[in-house]
Amino acid sequence: MSISQKIVDDFVANGIEFVTTVPCKQLAGVIEEVEAHDSIFHIPSNKEDEGMGLCAGAFMGGKRPAIIMQNTAIGVTINTLATLTQYYRMPLPMLISYRGELREPVACQVEMAVHTKALLNQLSIPTYHFHKESDVDELDAILKYTFMCNKPVAILTDASFWGGYGDQ
Amino acid sequence: MIRSEILREIAPILRDQLVVCNIGLPSQELHMIDDQPSNFYMLGTMGLSSSIGLGLALSQPKTVISIDGDGSVLTNLGTLPTIANNVADNYILLIIDNGSYGSTGDQPTYAGKKTKLEAVATACGCENVVTCQDVDTGRVLQAAIDSKQMTVIVSKCDSGNIKLPVITMDPVVIRDRFMNAVAS
Repeated sequence: MSISQKIVDDFVANGIEFVTTVPCKQLAGVIEEVEAHDSIFHIPSNKEDEGMGLCAGAFMGGKRPAIIMQNTAIGVTINTLATLTQYYRMPLPMLISYRGELREPVACQVEMAVHTKALLNQLSIPTYHFHKESDVDELDAILKYTFMCNKPVAILTDASFWGGYGDQ
Repeated sequence: MIRSEILREIAPILRDQLVVCNIGLPSQELHMIDDQPSNFYMLGTMGLSSSIGLGLALSQPKTVISIDGDGSVLTNLGTLPTIANNVADNYILLIIDNGSYGSTGDQPTYAGKKTKLEAVATACGCENVVTCQDVDTGRVLQAAIDSKQMTVIVSKCDSGNIKLPVITMDPVVIRDRFMNAVAS
């Protein structure tokens, strides 16, 4: 089973039925799995704060949501995380492509990477960093934790986790 | 008419529906005019009323009305293609277009100048876009509910505000009673 399949299987096993995505090259496989899965409603967003609004509505409508996005989105969504997701106490698993880490070919990605964990820490968002493939084994527990505590939770997935960017 | 007069007039229609209400004065006005557990008041996060309402409409069968403003839609203009491409026939986006940022002191918006939100919504692919005058909002809104088709309403009105208190209700209380209303 691929990592992407394992991730989406864990989503489904934890009752996640509503997933919004903003694409990243590293996340292409998992987005494809989300789109293909019958029990998940996949709704692409134009911007990540919009996606968090959709997820808030889905949660209040009785569906467990999740968002898939790049770490650059943390810069876009701080207000939404603080004044919507956290203020109204809503759960939101955030599967995040952690660009700008080891093996990154694009220098500009490093500029947000160096702020990513600091910003999440400042927001008191529980944060998990998947670096090795076997780290995915914790996803099931992380999802259960997210819906137990009704908080946004970040899962940072770096290039090493995804197996690099191929030939460079 | 100004926004608060429209809200007063349509309150009897809103009472029986799930309502997601825009940040600032619109929520404060609706709260004062006719507070209901089926109203979700946004206390922050400008621009996301339409997104929250769409997510809610796509996740359960009851009719959802997002009350938004022209300034807030401009803040989150990417919402219109998402709405157009994910049709929920239990969803109505009511844009009260007074051409100004009412909650911040009535600064003019671009919607009050050259930009026509009804044309933007249509260009984004929204299929049922209705433009109306303030006095016709109730009739148009009821027709949209009865049609059971996703509808975007742009209601043109005057800018202007009334003095009223902020909402002091705890956000988790707002959310909890709203979720109970959704599930009932």
